[in-house]
Amino acid sequence: MEESRKILDLSIKAGELLLQNGAEIFRVHETMTRIAEAFGANSFNAYVLSNGIFASIREENGSYGAELRNIPLSPVHLGRVAAINSLSRAIVEGRYTLDGAFARLEEIRALPENPPGLLILASGIVSATFCWLFGGGLMDSAAALLTGLILYCILLPVRSKNLSKIVCNILGGSVITLCALCFTHLGLGSQLDKIIIGAIMPMAPGVPLTTSIRDFFNGDYLSGAIRMLDALLIAACIAIGVGFVLKMGSLLMGVQL
Amino acid sequence: MIVFQLAVVFVCTIAVAILFHMPREQYVFCGLTGTAAWSGYLAALKVNPSVVMASFVSALLLTAISRIFAVCRRTPIIIFLVSGIFPLVPGAGIYYTAYYFIMGDNALAVGKGVETIKIAVAIALGIVLMLSLPYSLFRGFGKKDGAEVHEKP
Repeated sequence: MEESRKILDLSIKAGELLLQNGAEIFRVHETMTRIAEAFGANSFNAYVLSNGIFASIREENGSYGAELRNIPLSPVHLGRVAAINSLSRAIVEGRYTLDGAFARLEEIRALPENPPGLLILASGIVSATFCWLFGGGLMDSAAALLTGLILYCILLPVRSKNLSKIVCNILGGSVITLCALCFTHLGLGSQLDKIIIGAIMPMAPGVPLTTSIRDFFNGDYLSGAIRMLDALLIAACIAIGVGFVLKMGSLLMGVQL
Repeated sequence: MIVFQLAVVFVCTIAVAILFHMPREQYVFCGLTGTAAWSGYLAALKVNPSVVMASFVSALLLTAISRIFAVCRRTPIIIFLVSGIFPLVPGAGIYYTAYYFIMGDNALAVGKGVETIKIAVAIALGIVLMLSLPYSLFRGFGKKDGAEVHEKP
């Protein structure tokens, strides 16, 4: 393969990985340009959106090579973002050959996710601690802990089935509310609202909110708007799930709200 | 009591860091960012009992700390921002909006909804304001050979 082709390939691969795993537009663009320039590309250009990358490079014989990638919104893995960040730093310092960089990129792509057990535990802890912080009692926090554990036990397999985000979040909101209703009914915890608020937090759209703010700040309004919409949609879906089960609970089982 | 609360926030933020697969060596710093954000929130509430104002103040603090950590840990700032923003995300607002909406109390539902949006805007404003401070203010926290790749906002 020609050298410039390879550079284009490497840089777009790095960009793709960054974007998939939740980096901001500005970082993707800058990393791609830096990598290309570090390997001596002349006239490399990239245009990055929150769900696609376009890049072109001038080849040795004077013609232009171009590539584009479609990148669907997918679960974030910020560890990969950090790893590519240090890789790009090392490339700029001249510590990688082209082939070495390709190999390292593949390693980063294969970085494992945290094991499901750990994720479930983390979800329980997030729920319990937030429940307590928002004014829940100890028993409420215990209920929130269990709710958070159950939430991720259900959410993890569902997410791996590539169901739409909308369905996932409505389902999550419903599961939380159902659990909270059951626990308070059984006498574990008394403040329904605090338990639900705590258990919502593992699903809260913190990452899209943050990236969208960063994108707007850097003038990437289009991508910022897409992510803002993503955050709003997640919040709305959770609310729909919670509301639906609350309403059903009060209608069918006569739960006092 | 306050100390215990801050310890809880610390644990909570580390759990958030696990949920989003952040690099293991940054967990402690993620926790510190969250703790800083929450203590800013509590302090602001003491001075002026407005959740919106408190969110703004703690977003400022959160972003300052994140920028410092980003420079001295040479890690994308987003890792610290995300961990720190979680205690501020208006989860309660989402719940109460849905609750009053379902209960048919539209006035309260709209009120809560607007407050939730206000909080989100306050957080965004705080982050943006602190990000727009010049990079040179934070460069001093970096290591000596000072490659400043990617730490600019």
